[in-house]
Amino acid sequence: MAIASGAAFGLVALAGVVTGLSGYAFHYAKGTSYLSNDPRACINCHIMREEFDGWEKGSHHAHATCNDCHVPQAFFSKYFVKLEHGYRHSKGFTFQDFHEPIMIKPSSDRVVQQNCVRCHASLVGEITGHAGNNESLRCIHCHDHVGHGATR
Amino acid sequence: MTTPVVNAKHARGRWIAYCAAFGIFAAAGVGVAMLVANISERKHEAKSAGFKLVELTEDTIDPAEWGKNFPRQYDSYKRTVDIERTRHGGSDAFQKIDDDPRWRRIFAGYAFAVDYREERGHAYMLSDQDMTERVTKFAQPGACLHCHSSILPAYREAGRQAGITDEPARAQEQIMKGFEVVCAMPYAEARKLVDHPVSCVDCHDPNSMQLRVTRPGFLNGISQLAKSDATLAHLPSIERWRKEGRRGEYAPNAMASRQEMRSFVCAQCHVEYYFKGPGKLLTYPWHRGLKAEQIEAYYDDVGHKDWVHAESQTPALKAQHPEFEMWSQGIHARSGVACADCHMPYIREGAIKISDHHVRSPLLNVARSCQVCHRYAEEEIQARAAAIQDRTKSMMDRAESALLDLLTAMSSAMEQGVATESLASAQHMHRKAQWRLDFVAAENSMGFHAPQETARLLAESIDYSRQGFAEVARARAAP
Repeated sequence: MAIASGAAFGLVALAGVVTGLSGYAFHYAKGTSYLSNDPRACINCHIMREEFDGWEKGSHHAHATCNDCHVPQAFFSKYFVKLEHGYRHSKGFTFQDFHEPIMIKPSSDRVVQQNCVRCHASLVGEITGHAGNNESLRCIHCHDHVGHGATR
Repeated sequence: MTTPVVNAKHARGRWIAYCAAFGIFAAAGVGVAMLVANISERKHEAKSAGFKLVELTEDTIDPAEWGKNFPRQYDSYKRTVDIERTRHGGSDAFQKIDDDPRWRRIFAGYAFAVDYREERGHAYMLSDQDMTERVTKFAQPGACLHCHSSILPAYREAGRQAGITDEPARAQEQIMKGFEVVCAMPYAEARKLVDHPVSCVDCHDPNSMQLRVTRPGFLNGISQLAKSDATLAHLPSIERWRKEGRRGEYAPNAMASRQEMRSFVCAQCHVEYYFKGPGKLLTYPWHRGLKAEQIEAYYDDVGHKDWVHAESQTPALKAQHPEFEMWSQGIHARSGVACADCHMPYIREGAIKISDHHVRSPLLNVARSCQVCHRYAEEEIQARAAAIQDRTKSMMDRAESALLDLLTAMSSAMEQGVATESLASAQHMHRKAQWRLDFVAAENSMGFHAPQETARLLAESIDYSRQGFAEVARARAAP
């Protein structure tokens, strides 16, 4: 019995070490910043530097930050999307196995569209108010420079 | 009460569970430690720009030395040895006059009818020039080496020997004098003065790494271009120099923006040129502007011909590789996109971004070259480029056929006794048609650099060939 409880103590200690190490890794990688709305969190890993720089010069700079356009606004869906993005981005950056230049995923594109309409609803109500499929409407197809400046 | 057998089984099961748990925690610990190391590495990469291991000077020609300080750029520079075909070009030295034998006749009487191979990557520029039959079978001047080698130290030495001393104030004068001397030398003699193809020092200041232009031909050419009245909306620093009263000389190294320099360094060589006068001084004919007809007008002014066509006796022009000139007419130039944006796109290695020094066709690297601005699938981008190039190719085919028809008409008229003098206006049309066709054919983008300009030139070429055809008929009908 003494040996078994000794082993159990060892395991608990080991689990503590792993938890501590993980906690430090989380802190070292600025993990808490990802829970915030600070745009600087998006350039922790250098990949989105151009997007960030472009946003600083874009017309929406004064009115919207990354999260205003790129994640849903409802609490649960917001953190679910952050979780999904966080997993995909950290996996990509760690294993260096993603397509470059980075391009928006269809699901994220829909989030952006919803957020365009969220703020500009009164302006575009006559357009989006039509019955039927509004999925094909993409504000940024023409207004592609508002977020990150001109690209084409 | 449990039996000792059951007890022993329990104990073994517990031990296995403990061992498994230990293994899992240990592996998790290793994983977390590795993740921390990886994050640390990326953070470190983002901070360190480079280490200075060797001293670089204006005389450090060997790229391997520069590679010690800039290993990433050097790695990609070395890849210019790669040989790859694209749909209409690439870096494979196929013989163009076998691929399309019409060009043998188009260049009849000229060295290009003997050997006209597609150029390979930067790494081969000097060795390929040693091998081309245009050099081995024809007399060529030292002027060729201006762009086929890293030649600045040779120019300085030649300038020194011609009596220009090493004072810093006379540095540029010394280079310009050496340039004159080496241009006039026979090729074989000048060849002994150089031993590397284009190198880092040709585009970078060895102290600051800033982009700079060094080639005398370009410095003279851009200065002439600035003095002209041609519209240059895509070169804002020249427009500014003009607006501010055209004081002194336009000096690209001091006045051009970094983005303009990212095209100028390429424009040092990827341009139209000719060898001026008996001194064979390499000259970029930009005195009236960069468009084909502006260059042609300059050549007409100075009475230049590249060769006399063997069939028609026309004093004809051969276009070299007017990439800078053609790009200048296109939408990318107009939008502020530099050569390097597409041909040396940024690549990321870990947390560091560098420009790819493996200079090559963007069609081999569409994701990094095009997709950065054009957010479409790679196949879509390839298809758009192919549409432009295939249209250009089919129009070029027609222009070639029209030119051959003119040549046939002219030579049969001559055989039947029509005097060469009475074919002067047909020759004039031949010269114009040849120049426009060749301005497109010799340019290495198959129309992509400026699709509409290319189409305009080919349309004019076809028109001049047909006008020439009519002139032959008129000459035959004349009493």
